[in-house]
Amino acid sequence: MRSKPVQLAIAAVLLVGVGVLVAVFTIALALLGEPADEVTLLTVGKIVIALFALLTLITTLGISLVWLERKQLGRMQGRVGPTRVGPFGLLQVVADGIKLLMKEDVAPGSSSRAIFYVAPLLVFVPSFVVWLTIPIGQDLVVRSLDLGVFFFIAVSVLSIVGLILAGWSSNSKYAILGGFRSAAQLVSYEIPLILGVLSVVMVADSMRFTDVVDAQATVPYIALLPLAFAVFFISGLAEVGRTPFDIYFAESEVVGGPFVEYSGAHWAIFFLAEYVNTFVVAALGALLFLGGWVWPFGEVGQVPAVAIFLGKTYFLAVVIFWVRATLPRLRIDQLMNVGWKLLIPLGFASVILIAVQRFYDWPEWTLTVMSLVAIGAAAWVQLRLQRRDVVATAERYAQRAVAVQPSRRRPGPENQQA
Amino acid sequence: MTTEQAYDTVDMMLNMGPQHPATHGVFRMVLTVDGERVVDVTPHIGYLHRGSEKLAENESYGQVITLFDRLDYVSNLNNELIFCRAAERLMGIDPPERGQYIRVVLAELNRLASHLLFIGTYAIDLGAMTPIMYGFRERERIQNMFESVTGARMMHNFIRIGGVKEDVPPDFVPRVRALADDVERGVEEVDRLLTFNEVFLARTRGIGVIDVPTALSCGLTGPGLRASGVAYDVRKDYPYEVYPYLSYKVPVGENGDCWDRYYMRVLECYESLSMVRQCLDQMEEGPVMAQMRRIARPPKGEVYVHGENPRGDIGVFLVSDGTDKPYRVKVRPPSFCNLVALRPMMRDAYIADAVAILGSLDIVLGEVDR
Repeated sequence: MRSKPVQLAIAAVLLVGVGVLVAVFTIALALLGEPADEVTLLTVGKIVIALFALLTLITTLGISLVWLERKQLGRMQGRVGPTRVGPFGLLQVVADGIKLLMKEDVAPGSSSRAIFYVAPLLVFVPSFVVWLTIPIGQDLVVRSLDLGVFFFIAVSVLSIVGLILAGWSSNSKYAILGGFRSAAQLVSYEIPLILGVLSVVMVADSMRFTDVVDAQATVPYIALLPLAFAVFFISGLAEVGRTPFDIYFAESEVVGGPFVEYSGAHWAIFFLAEYVNTFVVAALGALLFLGGWVWPFGEVGQVPAVAIFLGKTYFLAVVIFWVRATLPRLRIDQLMNVGWKLLIPLGFASVILIAVQRFYDWPEWTLTVMSLVAIGAAAWVQLRLQRRDVVATAERYAQRAVAVQPSRRRPGPENQQA
Repeated sequence: MTTEQAYDTVDMMLNMGPQHPATHGVFRMVLTVDGERVVDVTPHIGYLHRGSEKLAENESYGQVITLFDRLDYVSNLNNELIFCRAAERLMGIDPPERGQYIRVVLAELNRLASHLLFIGTYAIDLGAMTPIMYGFRERERIQNMFESVTGARMMHNFIRIGGVKEDVPPDFVPRVRALADDVERGVEEVDRLLTFNEVFLARTRGIGVIDVPTALSCGLTGPGLRASGVAYDVRKDYPYEVYPYLSYKVPVGENGDCWDRYYMRVLECYESLSMVRQCLDQMEEGPVMAQMRRIARPPKGEVYVHGENPRGDIGVFLVSDGTDKPYRVKVRPPSFCNLVALRPMMRDAYIADAVAILGSLDIVLGEVDR
């Protein structure tokens, strides 16, 4: 075991490393500047540098979630999580990554090789490309698109193709089942996700992420649109396949689903994509609903702003992992029911409420009230009915139990001698 | 040719197991699935067959106990108990009372450990990660207690024909009392986390329903049968050891679905704790082993003895030819008989339900295959 100061020093170095990554990314962005009219070797070079910096940064942030999840789940389950590699087990992810890269990369003999090896990239690339327009600070964005939100949704949907192709090309029954499940799940949950995002766009009146964040300078949208946030967050969980919606790769049913035949580096890419996607959903939630880098106590500088944004993102990630530690998995038909019969109506309700408020120019706080009433009604009915059912069931079962009295008297000392 | 014929579909055969995380060992289910629906299920067993019953014919009575340890390898002490009772019945021995109390305390603690394992693995089958950690934490306490009493964590060989191997350590009673309090807290924790969880209810209620006539005709016993509403418990109906001195409840379900089968086991955990406490209250000093010959040599004859295992009604049919080795040992393993009910339960199930249903039967392959 290394001593405590050494461990802390390594941890500090890692933290500084992340800081340096952000700085490099910033510099790369500054190099990039405004889009050039003509393509020269220099512009291409700048873009490559910026993208490389972005890739490194996003990968690092993504795998930091792996460590966070393992540590958090460990604490929640009465364990300690990884402790052996590096301070607080911080380097465990690195060790796992090296192990995965060194493993043999096996493909089933009957698989469609080309598709089999391309599918992980089709999953990973969209989750990386969306970062082109997701800002991590006021000016820290590769290209602040006017249609940023639209771009995000359009690109992130593409990863479904990769999952289906992975399932199909593996030529394995579990994989194909998982592929079908992922298609059904991701396509249906795309709609409530879009409705949740659309609510924000309607209120902010812009699809540019920086505008949406600026619009939350006074009140974050989670206060204005709790209903939209609930819809967005739940369908976001389903989009990235987190518990209770981890149906398409459920280990105890389809044994990893589309990923079942993958090993080594290709599996590592899927794994990375999963965590980067989780980070994307958390970051998006932070940007659209928690106010991104905005701080309720006035303006802050560039560095604290990034820290605030990352803090909010990690907070949402912690909530996602918390859900994972608590809930079992839904069944595929129940998942569809939740999506189509609950989330989509609620999403439309949210959009309509905002439309009404905008049309009649009601004050902003009416949004909160309407939204809370909608959530409250649903939650009240659900909890009330469930509470009653739970109490009644527990009592009924307690009464049904057949009581057995001692049928024989235990012989006392005098009886034993007799 | 019409379009419908051109696009005719066939059901897919899905081979679940023997190496599947949800089959709890080397069980193989061949599912015929139509999309996500299970049309038919064919169970295949035998991957863990070790010929225990045949082996038992070549071992002396004392050595057969070790084979019984390895049948249902999560409720070893209950297995040892049933074989020792069979041999004792044949020899006409009555173990001393303290020995019987120690046996019952250990058997009930073992039942707790087994049920805690079930709750954890069942939650894992349904995708909840946390309960297995809580369950294992409590089970570990019990295993540590077993280790201090019997010297082994799993293969105890502690219950012997005529009593138990040796008396328990002097601090046994206070330690088990403390253990029972700890374990009760742990069971309550899992109970609060999982039992009435909305998603858990959705996944288990009304799934794998089996009615009483079908359950009886399949030979379902244990918590599975009680979940359907039949209050059959060997401890209650054919009392043995010191169970007649104890007061307890036999939980009975109403729907016979997966949730009931799960909840029966949770309730039985509380009952087992209460039984352990009562035994500790009633236990007195005394011998733990009956006066008998060192090498058991039952007279010629045959006997059938059954008892309540965590998984159901375990029975032993023992034939003696008067030598020091049994002529025949036939085991009625509850897991194997419960498995017969798999097919009727799987009616109209989804693939995910198949996992939930198999999990709710709580089979142990060491016992199914023997």
